[in-house]
Amino acid sequence: MPASDLAVEERPSTSLTKPVVNDFSIQVATVNGSGSQTANLVLLRSIFQMGVPVSGKNLFPSNIAGLPTWFTIRANKDGYIARKKEIDVLVAMNAETAREDVLGLRAGAVVVYDEPLKLDTVRDDLIFYPVPFDTLVGEVSRDVKLRRRVRNMIYDGVLAKLFGVEIDEMEKALRKQFGTKPKVVEINREALDVGYAFADAKLEKRDHFRVEPMEGNQGRILIDGNAASAVGCLMAGVTVVAWYPITPSSSLCETLISYLRRYRVDKKTGKATFAVVQAEDEIAALGMAIGGGWAGARSMTATSGPGISLMGEFAGLAYYSEVPCVVFDVQRVGPSTGLPTRTAQGDVLSTAFLSHGDSRHPLLFPCSPEECFEMAISAFDLAERFQTPVFVLSDLDLGMNTWMANEFEYPDKPMDRGKVLDEDTLERIGRFGRYRDVDGDGITYRSIPGTSMPAYFCRGSGHNEWGQYSERSDDYKKNVDRLTRKFETARNWMPAPIVEINRKARIGIVAYGTTHWAVVESRDQLVAEADLQTSYYRLRAYPFRSALASFIERHDRVYVIEQNRDAQMSTLMRIELRAELAGRLRSVLHYSGEPIDARSITDDVLIQEGYRVEYSAFSGAVPQDAGVGGE
Amino acid sequence: MPTATPSPKKKKVNRIGLELPIYRGSKTTLCAGCGHNAISERVVDACFTMGIQPDRVVKLSGIGCSSKSPAYFLGSAHGFNAVHGRMPSVGTGAMLANKDLVAIGVSGDGDTGAIGIGQFVHLMRRNLPMVYIIEDNGCYGLTKGQFSPTADVGSTLKTGVVNDLAPIDTCALAIELGATFVARSFSGDKKQLTALLKAALSHRGIAMLDVLSPCVTFNDHEGSTKSYSYAKSHEEPIEEIDFVPYFEDITVEYEPGTTREVTLHDGSRLFLKKLDEGYNATDRAQAMRVLRETRARGEFATGLVFVDPVAEDFVTSLNLVDEPLASLSEGRVRPSRSVLDDIMGGLR
Ligand SMILES: Cc1ncc(C[n+]2csc(CCOP(=O)(O)OP(=O)(O)O)c2C)c(N)n1
Ligand code: SF4
Repeated sequence: MPASDLAVEERPSTSLTKPVVNDFSIQVATVNGSGSQTANLVLLRSIFQMGVPVSGKNLFPSNIAGLPTWFTIRANKDGYIARKKEIDVLVAMNAETAREDVLGLRAGAVVVYDEPLKLDTVRDDLIFYPVPFDTLVGEVSRDVKLRRRVRNMIYDGVLAKLFGVEIDEMEKALRKQFGTKPKVVEINREALDVGYAFADAKLEKRDHFRVEPMEGNQGRILIDGNAASAVGCLMAGVTVVAWYPITPSSSLCETLISYLRRYRVDKKTGKATFAVVQAEDEIAALGMAIGGGWAGARSMTATSGPGISLMGEFAGLAYYSEVPCVVFDVQRVGPSTGLPTRTAQGDVLSTAFLSHGDSRHPLLFPCSPEECFEMAISAFDLAERFQTPVFVLSDLDLGMNTWMANEFEYPDKPMDRGKVLDEDTLERIGRFGRYRDVDGDGITYRSIPGTSMPAYFCRGSGHNEWGQYSERSDDYKKNVDRLTRKFETARNWMPAPIVEINRKARIGIVAYGTTHWAVVESRDQLVAEADLQTSYYRLRAYPFRSALASFIERHDRVYVIEQNRDAQMSTLMRIELRAELAGRLRSVLHYSGEPIDARSITDDVLIQEGYRVEYSAFSGAVPQDAGVGGE
Repeated sequence: MPTATPSPKKKKVNRIGLELPIYRGSKTTLCAGCGHNAISERVVDACFTMGIQPDRVVKLSGIGCSSKSPAYFLGSAHGFNAVHGRMPSVGTGAMLANKDLVAIGVSGDGDTGAIGIGQFVHLMRRNLPMVYIIEDNGCYGLTKGQFSPTADVGSTLKTGVVNDLAPIDTCALAIELGATFVARSFSGDKKQLTALLKAALSHRGIAMLDVLSPCVTFNDHEGSTKSYSYAKSHEEPIEEIDFVPYFEDITVEYEPGTTREVTLHDGSRLFLKKLDEGYNATDRAQAMRVLRETRARGEFATGLVFVDPVAEDFVTSLNLVDEPLASLSEGRVRPSRSVLDDIMGGLR
């Protein structure tokens, strides 16, 4: 891949004597729209089925067809599934990028390539396996269209033979993909066999990478974060969904729609317990979610940065008029259109304070498909409990890439519909005041239109506790101070952080979302390479708990690791921390558009801690202009 | 739900036993003489005579003087004063949450024609069941009188500034977009406006009423084409409207050939006495013609410009369960354990 990722020596993984089992990364360089996705997923799934922990990450252009795409699979027996910075095996199928891809490899890496590309002339310190794909595909079919479609499956066959991926697992993976189409399975299997037979007859194994079955994946599934969020929304009992397509969030709603159609339509009457609208834009999408939430539905929308920007005014309305709704923000690289198909954690600040005036919103930060599922359910409960929009901040890496996950657990708590006015409550509280804090927790009762409970006028303009229009300073202050109190109450209802205190550690790490996976691996590297012990606080929500301050208090320095340029979470933390504690914060920032990797973190921390003077390599930039066009 | 309190004087109650005051709202804060106030009164009348249950109504609006008016009618109904120009989406969400609601939206010509034109277009296109009233004064009242997109070419501001951009005809636009009930009226035409509002409440689908509603403070001078005097002298009714609610019998006889009868969704009937020979309000092309021709003459056509009483509305097209989505119990919306197992099985 990219030349700037030059030669990062992880550990001597190609030592000539020892085989390297279940610990390597494979990168397939193709052209998007060439159907390589099937071959890549089959490869990923077959390794997964063999019990080896894996992850698959797609680096793709914002374009429909014809531009370079890289798919990286990492297999790791120790369960490290973050992106690995260095590539061990390259499958070079794209003439346009092949040279650069090869130049970017470290010495000793393996290259499986399309023979006419003559890549073996580029360098002499790599292990090359040429494969005549066009000749081989001729053996599979004469049909030009079919040939194009199965051409990529041949490299799966070659890799199966070279690295010991079981061909039957590949067939099983094929069946998973094409279940109802036996003909398609059959021709793909043929392509696999052709690749396998070629490698068997013509390629002499000269590398040391091997896949061997292990018992790593019991009770696990493969899923992308968006699908996991969709399952969560389904189980949360969502009833109104309004959305506007945008990468990387579209598949969340699309998957949700397919689940809703399947599981939430009455078998007898054919009638639906949900309504979905593809809105005219994100403003309307949030408007609809707000209208739905106000009228008593569990409503949601999903979007990415540009949509979040458009939603500002409505977000403030929902905050101030106190209407529940759930917004998924599957973050991508900004500012502006930015890199629509690359990942980032760049919407933390803009979402926390989305809209003008003193607006503040609860945020949830899932790091895994399990958490996408669980937090989707929590988000609806929290939105109704606190009568406010709740934002779930996922990212492209989590949302669109394939992850291993533990099977999701059926929700053990009933839905929390919050403080909805009913006859009994009305009797207890006497007169209904929509914004009257009768319980002292900042949360007031709301009546739902159409339920014959007393009505109120919901408005974004100034109002008093009875819900009447008011421009009086005392009414205004009283109301916004109550909103602050409500936000305070919310702190302890938000998902708790996952904290690991290491008594020997002087250094703390704070991270959130997908950054977690690289942190797990980096913490081990820090111990292995510098005997640097760390404690770890994984943030899962905003507003923060008080435990955050205590965590920082315990450590001399705390590294906040995140995927944006401006240290956004660190900034959000500093707003609440005492100056003395804020002074202990350091940042490790990764914002290349590629998922963060452990090596970059380790290097950065070691340099800041004075163990090293320079980086092993530049922290993962993507130099080529990979994509133009639609997003 | 508010119920009628028996009074010694035996006050007039409507068909569901409620007295008129229940249909009123809080005291208006708009300028005395503002057309918007007259429209609010017509809404009160129409809802009272139709026997609309206030607790089933949701009042929706954007931002502007006009958008304040939902506070001044049906005080016992829920209301939502949303953001400028984006009320249609809020109304859409509310109707999806509870399809049994009666949505009454009030917007301004700026709220609809400028900042809200996008949502207006899609609201019309979706045929959401909602009464959508544009209180049209050709200017921005709340921000002190700037031109709005419905101001006519040549119309002047108080300061003498002349508008030289062509207006948006919200009725023509709505018809083009597939709206199923499109009317134009004048806040000063009590009889016609009340009849149209009652008909709108009987229609299932979007019922769009563009109501000329003079702004006495900023746009009622000579040179304005949205002033009271201009409206009075240029209103051109295209038909005489008789509305017969579904719960009443017809008492008048209509001479054959002079009147077109339209049966609305709830069974109410409209008798449209043609004033323009051959005009047929159920024909989109003719509706567009009438709008164009009257505009060319410098008049504005009022009445029910177009109606399609049979088209399916957006919410119905979604084939939702009978109960409102908002009131479905957990058991109806959270699938069982076996569903989650099924999904997990497919991912193992
Ligand atoms: C996003 C936004 N921009 C501008 C405004 C300021 N504003 C308030 S009302 C209004 C115009 C209202 O005009 P119209 O809809 O015609 O209603 P009228 O007051 O004439 O009844 C404007 C521009 C606002 N509230 N929100
Ligand atoms: S400024 Fe004009 S539109 Fe606003 S209330 Fe006064 S008369 Fe009505």
